[in-house]
Formats: sequence, C-alpha cells, structure tokens
Amino acid sequence: MSSPAAALPAGFAALREHVPTVDQVMVEERAAAFTKRSIKTDSKLAGLKLAISMMDLTTLEGQDTPGKVAYLCRKAIRPAEARFDVPSCAAVCVYPNLVRAAKMFVGNSGVHVAAVATAFPSGQMPLPVKLEDTRRACEEGADEIDMVIDRGAFLGGDYVKVSDEISAVKEVCGPIHLKVILETGELVTYDNVRLASEIAMRAGGDFIKTSTGKVTPAATMPVTLVMLEAIRDYFYATGIRIGMKPAGGIKTAKQALAYLVMVKETMGDDWLTPDLFRFGASTLANDVLMQIAKAIDGNYQSADYFSMP
Amino acid sequence: MPRKSRKSPAAATPLVLAPRENTDAHHIALAPENRRLNFGDRWPYAPAPESAPVTIQPRYELFIGGKFVAPKAGKYFASHNPATEKKLADIAQADQADVEAAVSSARRAYDKVWGKMPGRERGKYLYRIARLIQEKSRQLAIVETMDGGKTIKESRDVDLPLVAAHFFYHAGWADKLQYAFPGRTPRPLGVCGQIIPWNFPLLMAAWKLAPALACGNTCVLKPAETTSISAMHLAEIFQEAGLPDGVVNIVTGAGETGRALVEHPDVNKIAFTGSTDVGKRIAKTLAGTDKKLTLELGGKAANIVFDDAPLDQAVEGIIGGIYFNQGHVCCAGSRLLVQEGVYPEVIRKLRDRIATLRVGDPLDKNTDIGAINSREQLNRIEELVQSGIDEGAELVQAPCKLPSKGYWYPPSFFLGVTASHRIAQEEIFGPVLSTMTFRTPEEGFERANNTPYGLSAGVWTDKGSKIFKMVGKLRAGVVWANTFNKFDPTSPFGGYKESGFGREGGLQGLGAYLKLS
Repeated sequence: MSSPAAALPAGFAALREHVPTVDQVMVEERAAAFTKRSIKTDSKLAGLKLAISMMDLTTLEGQDTPGKVAYLCRKAIRPAEARFDVPSCAAVCVYPNLVRAAKMFVGNSGVHVAAVATAFPSGQMPLPVKLEDTRRACEEGADEIDMVIDRGAFLGGDYVKVSDEISAVKEVCGPIHLKVILETGELVTYDNVRLASEIAMRAGGDFIKTSTGKVTPAATMPVTLVMLEAIRDYFYATGIRIGMKPAGGIKTAKQALAYLVMVKETMGDDWLTPDLFRFGASTLANDVLMQIAKAIDGNYQSADYFSMP
Repeated sequence: MPRKSRKSPAAATPLVLAPRENTDAHHIALAPENRRLNFGDRWPYAPAPESAPVTIQPRYELFIGGKFVAPKAGKYFASHNPATEKKLADIAQADQADVEAAVSSARRAYDKVWGKMPGRERGKYLYRIARLIQEKSRQLAIVETMDGGKTIKESRDVDLPLVAAHFFYHAGWADKLQYAFPGRTPRPLGVCGQIIPWNFPLLMAAWKLAPALACGNTCVLKPAETTSISAMHLAEIFQEAGLPDGVVNIVTGAGETGRALVEHPDVNKIAFTGSTDVGKRIAKTLAGTDKKLTLELGGKAANIVFDDAPLDQAVEGIIGGIYFNQGHVCCAGSRLLVQEGVYPEVIRKLRDRIATLRVGDPLDKNTDIGAINSREQLNRIEELVQSGIDEGAELVQAPCKLPSKGYWYPPSFFLGVTASHRIAQEEIFGPVLSTMTFRTPEEGFERANNTPYGLSAGVWTDKGSKIFKMVGKLRAGVVWANTFNKFDPTSPFGGYKESGFGREGGLQGLGAYLKLS
C-alpha cells in the first residue's frame, strides 16, 4: 500500500509551492485604496446600473416557498419603474427545491436561475449525494449551479479530493455554468483563498465565488482582490476567462461601486460584464436603486418607494 | 441603457449587457498574444475635483519676529502652479540683511523666552500647533497640491496626517527629554538654520521644526523657492497658536538665501535636506566651524524582489515605491532588482499596472500621478531618460494622455538596464524605474549596495529569515520588508554614504537637536 501522499499526481504534490503567496498587510492596503476613488455624476449612475445588471438576487432560507420566489423573480426582471431605465438582474439564486418555480416565474425574461447544490452550505455529504443534488437541480432547469467546496478536505490538506469533487460536479453540469464557492470565511488565510481559487479554476469552475452567505465574514474587498488576482494569473497562463462572484456582506451602493472600481483596475474592461462578474446579494439591490433614483430625481425617496424582493 | 456614442471601437458596446445565452466564449482559450488585459474607457470616471475654498494671497512676505515683513531690498519672485504654469503668487526674496534679521530674531527668542521655557510649556505650544494643522489640513493640502503639483490624494492622505503626527510626537517628548537620554543632561543647541526641499514642503518643514522646537531651539527655516507658499500658511498657524515671536522665522528665496543662512556666524546648527551636490558644498562651508550639521541627501534605492515574494503585493510596492509623488522622493525605490526566474512575470504585471495609473489634474481626487514640480526638473528627467535610450535600454511607458499645459511625465520603466547605465547610477527624481535582475541573495545585496547612495531599500520575500539576512547586509538607513515608503515620526530616517548623515525622527532625531552632557 502506498501512502496517500505518494498516490498524489505529481502536479498536485508540488502545487502549494507553485501557488503565489499573499501578503496580508499589502493586499488589505491595496483593497482599501479602491474605496478612495471618487465616483461622481455620470460614472456613478452608469456604475450603479452596471451593478444591478450583475446581481444574483438570492434567497436561501429554510422558509422559502414558491410565493417568496415569485417576489424575487419579479424584482429581478424589473428592479424599478421603467422611467429609471434600470436593466434586469443577472439571475436569481435559490435552493434546488425552488428551481422549478423560479424557472416558471422568470420565463423567457433572460434572467437566469442559479441553484445552490452539493449539500449547500456545509458540503459535508458523500460525493454521490452531492452529484445527485446537482443532477436534480440541473434537471429542474437551473441555468447555473453554485457548488460548495469541501472545506474539511481542504483544511485537512486533501486538495485532490477538493479538486476531484469539483471536476465531478462540472461533469454533471455539462454546459450549465458552475460557480465554485470557496467559503473564504472558513479558509481564513489569504494564502488558503489563493490556493483554493487555483484548485477551483483548474478543476473546471466557470466562476469562483467567495461565500455561501451563511458564514461570517462573507465577501470582503481583500478576499475578492486575492481571487481576482488568481483569475488574472490563470488568464495570463491559459487564455481562459474565469468569472468572479463576491457574495454576502455587500449591502450598500457605495460598497458595490468600490468593488466595480476594483474589477476595472485589476482586470480591465473585459470583466465589467455580468458574464464575468456578479454580486451575490439579497439586500443590496434596493440601496443601489435608491441611489439611482437620487441621481436621476435629485432627492432621496423612502424605502417604501422601492418594491421588496 | 442609452449611452452617448463614442469614437473608440472598444466603447461601442453598451456598458450594461444582458447576460448572454451562451457565455462559453470565455472558456475558449485565447492565444498567448491575445492574453492582454484591456484597461480602456468602458466605465470612465467623471472628474472629481477637490473644491474646498482656499485663499492664496497675491503676495507672501517673510516671517520674522512673529510678523510678516517685506524683504529689505523689496525684491519678489513668482511661484507657479506646475500643473497649469499659471502664476500663483509673488514670494519675498530674502537677502543677507533679511537673513541677519531672522537669525537675530531667533537668537533673541532663544535667549529671552524659548531656551528658558520649561519643556512642559513648550509641549503645549506644539500640541496646539498640531491640532491647528489637523483642523486646517484640508486647506493646507490644497495649497500644497496647487504649489507643488502633487496629487490631492497624497497631500490629503499622506503628507498632512504625517505633518500633524510629527508635531504631536515631538510635543510629547518636550518635557521628557531627560528620560530619552538616561544619565545625561540634554540642553538645546541654540539657533537652527533649516533648509528644506520642494518635494514634501510641509512635511519637511515639520520634520525640521518639530524636533528642534521640542528640544528648546529656535529656528530659521528656508523653504525651496518653487514651494514656499504652504510654509507661509504654516507661519499663520504659528501666529494663531501664539508661538512666541521669533521662535520660528521663515525666509524665502533661492540658493543665495540658503547660503547666507549657512554662512551666518550666529547659527548653531544647520539641517539640510536636498541634493547631494548642495549638501557637499554645505559640508565644506561648515568644516572647521563648531556648527552641528545633519544632511539628508539623494538616493538610488534598490527594491529587491525574490522569487518567493508575494508578487502581486510586491508589484504594488514597486508602483508605490517609484511613482508616489511623481518619483520626487529621495528614498524612492528607483532601482528594481528582481530574481531572474520571476522577472518576466513581474514585468508583465508592471506593464498592466502602470496602464491603470491616472495622470493629470492634481486636484482631481482620482489622480494617481500629478505634475512634475518644475520645468527644470522635467528637463532633467527627460535628459536622463534619453541617456537610457541612447545606452540601449528599452523604455516602457504607460499609454496615457498628458494635459497640454503644465509639466508632466508618464509613468515609465526601463528594461535591459545594467549597473553601468547612467539610469542605474544617477538619481532621476521622477516617475522612471530602472529594472534589473539578480540570481542569489548575495548578488542581491551586493548589487543593491553598489551605489554611492544609501538612503533606503526594500526586500520582498515570504521568508522571514531571508529578510533578516538582507537587512543585516544592506547599507541603507531604512530597509522596508514587504512594504515600501512607510513613514512614522517614531522611526529614524537618514542615510549612509552620499545620502548624508544624521537621523530625523525617533530618539536619534531628537539627539540631533541637543547637546548631551
């Protein structure tokens, strides 16, 4: 019997050495610098509308029903009244049981339905269960799958298991887009985030995503920056463009603009699209819409003027 | 979403697109030559000018004996905004007679008031000055930016907070000097002549004045001729703080004014920050006198990047190290030494990173690189860059549009530089980086030390032991590890070799303004 380490493919045994390290102080300083950009007038309005178009409106609660999902879907299709000229959101994100309802409500609006799968949010289930979970979500009509990595395996050093599971899920997904949730709040260090990003991209993820929204801290600017830098290096190396989705904890229009500044100045114009950048959020949309209304009408309106998702 | 039509083809697609049905295009691997990031204008930033009201007077007089007084000869020179080339104000030109008046005013204040005042009382004035600087920091930052060309982002977020911090820090020492030097009796030197450069006008004034005053000395300060205005606004703060007359005197003018101050027989100490040439001349003048001297001169710092460094953060450090304040920084990381294995990767990242730097109106809050301080300095940068090209190095410049008026230079770096190039030896004092390679840690510090200067250095590696090894070998007054251009009043700053002698900041900086017996 060979030891588990000896059984690793050569490429993975040496992976840790080849993944760049991250300096905590400097990456946090750099991330903070993006928040210093002053986004005013036309660029503010354009940025806010772009943010709406990148939103995955999310409800992931035990108490979700088709009724709640209907609210969410209508909100995603038409976030605000027509005179504000606001685009639709990119997707709604729900549990597999609600995919069918969501598909019905979004109809042919162009809004995608994303399903969380693979024993979301913990990922602590055997692989066959995760694959079955994914398969059913796909069969119900999901356009995108948001999977979770096995953080237990990752923190235990079993990167091969993490990678193999992602590959297996991607195989089940086929052409359906796969977002890989790293749950960075449980990985804790930036070095871990960077390594998990590399594994997720190499194993076949179309997007990498920070968080489930069930763990604190969820998305932060420095974590997102580390993941964007991993995406950039992967693009340099392979020519393949991977998407990025910070999720959880982004609550204000100001934060959303700071994230867009970070995307613009780290990845360039090509990533300023919902195809390659998404916000996972449940309460962000109305704050952004409030700012859009302020930019157009010149004054703030109360929350009652914006429909609840 | 309707948008104005644009000429550039990249911007022809609307900013907001609905998600496409098939986004698998992103999974088709682009050929290596197409793997470029596109830092275009798809989402342009609107202008964001700093708009707080400031009053720049048409004329600034000398500050002698607590009052603003006209120069005896009645001569003035113009100070310009380097971003617009427009005249900002007339500045008094101090001659020998004015310097004489300033020094005797400082002597009187030393003998009668400041030299005898208990430290606790001196500290109160310094705290008051520090608080007033904080209160007026927005206006001071705008003045600093208009007169010197540095970005408002920098003067607001770096310079002014540090100016206040230096006064606060030294205010705390004023009544504790005997504890700073246990077993010894600290006494002030007397009258200090202080000559400062144009790259950090207020910050250099604070570095010089705060420790001198805390130690009980009185001062005659001479700002650089292109950046005198903010020092005069500082003088107003001294008046408002009720600082006794003559404790600080400010004489504006060019080299002649400085020379008169250096040669004045009743000055006990000269502190100079500026070029190595002038520093050497001052040292010659003072040789054989009993005046104390500290010199903070030029630099050609090495930023050493090992192959195990956190590269993305190292690139940020390189960018900050050379492009901060348009490269007008004596401790700028102007020589980049990269371990050969990661050199191509670092250069690729640098190319992309300089494309995102925003050059232009220094008063715009989004500007990263402001105006070059003067026509003279721009000429010097251009001359040295030309020498680099003539000597066969390859110039890489950011593709940015420069304003038509004013003095500007795009962020630039050279490839293929060797130790024998002028651009590897001489201080450019502009946004121009010379990149070179090394193979082993030994070669790293040998090349880093292979310069007549020794002001600062940077080390980038994930390995702590390597940091300590390098720090022990580098002959530089400051070594930053996995960061660059970090300043703090508690930390002494100064050089080796032709970068000067003496330290400013921390305990060592206090010692430079005291007689210890």
